[in-house]
Amino acid sequence: MSAVTPEIQRISGLRRFKDKGVQVLVYLAFAIAVVPLVSVLWMVIANGLARFDMEFLTHSMRNIGARDAGGGAYHAIIGTLEQVALASLISVPIGLLTAVYLVEYGTNGRLKRSISFFVDIMTGVPSVVAGLFILAFWILILGMPFSGFAGAMALSILMLPTVVRAAEEMLLLVPNDLREASYALGVSKWRTIVKVVLPTAFTGIVTGVMLAVARVAGETAPLLLTVFFTDSINNDPFSGPQMGLPLYVFDQAARPNDTAIDRAWAAALTLIIIIMLLNLAARLITYWRSPARKR
Amino acid sequence: MATSTQTREGGSAPLSRSAFRRSRGDGPFRYASTGAGILLLVIMAAIAVFLIARAIPALQANTASFLTEMTWNANASEPKFGIGALAFGTVLSSFLALIIATPIAIGVALFISHYAPRRLASFLGYVIDLLAAVPSVVYGLWGIIFLVPFMRGPSQFLNDYLGWIPIFGGDQVVGRSMLVGSLVLAIMILPIIAAISREVFLQAPKMQEEAALALGATRWEMIRMAVLPFGRPGVISAAMLGLGRAMGETIAVALIFPATFTISFEILSANGNSIAANIANGFGEANDIGRGALIASGLVLFIITLLVNMAARWVISRRKEYARVAA
Repeated sequence: MSAVTPEIQRISGLRRFKDKGVQVLVYLAFAIAVVPLVSVLWMVIANGLARFDMEFLTHSMRNIGARDAGGGAYHAIIGTLEQVALASLISVPIGLLTAVYLVEYGTNGRLKRSISFFVDIMTGVPSVVAGLFILAFWILILGMPFSGFAGAMALSILMLPTVVRAAEEMLLLVPNDLREASYALGVSKWRTIVKVVLPTAFTGIVTGVMLAVARVAGETAPLLLTVFFTDSINNDPFSGPQMGLPLYVFDQAARPNDTAIDRAWAAALTLIIIIMLLNLAARLITYWRSPARKR
Repeated sequence: MATSTQTREGGSAPLSRSAFRRSRGDGPFRYASTGAGILLLVIMAAIAVFLIARAIPALQANTASFLTEMTWNANASEPKFGIGALAFGTVLSSFLALIIATPIAIGVALFISHYAPRRLASFLGYVIDLLAAVPSVVYGLWGIIFLVPFMRGPSQFLNDYLGWIPIFGGDQVVGRSMLVGSLVLAIMILPIIAAISREVFLQAPKMQEEAALALGATRWEMIRMAVLPFGRPGVISAAMLGLGRAMGETIAVALIFPATFTISFEILSANGNSIAANIANGFGEANDIGRGALIASGLVLFIITLLVNMAARWVISRRKEYARVAA
């Protein structure tokens, strides 16, 4: 026997048992956490494929009776894409500028600290409250109709903090040398930010925005309160109720017959595919361009 | 007020105040970015202001006490509605979810930070993050189609053998119960608790970990002595963020909860509702007063989650070591 063995064996049985026991528990915790993920994905794929066909992707629910099979989610897909695009158009400029303020302009004063604090708080605003806010402000007080745009505004409130944090993170990674080199050449501050800092951080910001989009694409509650329902195709997000994929799932899932449930699964599959593609694209962008960033 | 100063390389603090040749765009750009930041504060204030503005008329029309009334008849000609049962359901279901999710999330975080092979760790972390990418409504659909029937057996078992514990008591066990709703909530808040705990555990001082191991501690003893004490505040605030998320979660529970207006701790019986679920379920047929009543309940939810989140952020920001932990 080597000289090391007796040293190791001095660890008492109880300590070794505890160590192994905790190890088993930790592995078990991970396994338990993966079970629902696998179960959800498997059920969505298995049940969703039944109705995931061309008719589903190219038709709306107009003139589809309560018990009829057929019908599709074309109107919902259009709605989701438009609402999410509009939400990005609203939240990306505001979020980016806020991040620029936090990193480039804000001195450590009260304003910067409170903005930074409230960005964190804003991530915790329940999605249903964002929907209620737009409902109260835009629809009930200003008297505007339900529309895709109203939904986009609610979604943009949910996107904003994510965009700000992602952009801030990326701007902080831009080396100060670049800024100083630009200043040394006599370039003004805002030109430095626009021409040097933002381009350097560009891909990282794109990744962050895509993750934010993926997050809000699945939100249902704010749409329920601001976009409302329709069974018809409405290409104009500025007038009249629209549909969204999450809303469509919610609507169909609450109906009692199997044909509706099948459509709900197919729409859930479509939604998850869109979200996963966004996630994947975001990860690939980070993966390809991160030589030094390691987590 | 908390300070969340970020001390990272790359900031432009020293140069930002030095003198430049002013260019024409500088002023507007500065104002635009400051304005965007202020707009964010304005939005937060506006949420509170507009919710209050729409809630007041409904609250004035209410013929019962908003705080104590149990039923929700906001659309009637004599509106009677109260937050009591809903607030109770929100708090109970969120805490149940928290009790289920937190231990598992801590295990997951430890697994990724200290147990899993280094090369696999980031990938496994990504797998857990995927749980957060699945939309709420899909969890709801999965909940009613799969989890509700699936949990009938275990619920009956709990009722038969542990029925003497009040929360598992009750005469009739149903599928769409508080317990199943809380389970789905637990799945949904697990990723955020796990992600923040993981970040915190990864920042535990390496020197102390190695010192513990060098003194002969087993891996568990090292974690108990060096990692957990360091991470405790972070885990607590992660759990609170999860709690806030669970309280605001809407669609999944709207599909699963039986939407009753009762106050009961029997989590296997047909009890269960929450403020958010009631908004989603009740909005379709709400009239003007009804919408105002739902907005009033949303205001209560907003305030509760705001307080929970502020407390959580406060705990995080007190520790300088956690400066790099973002949600």
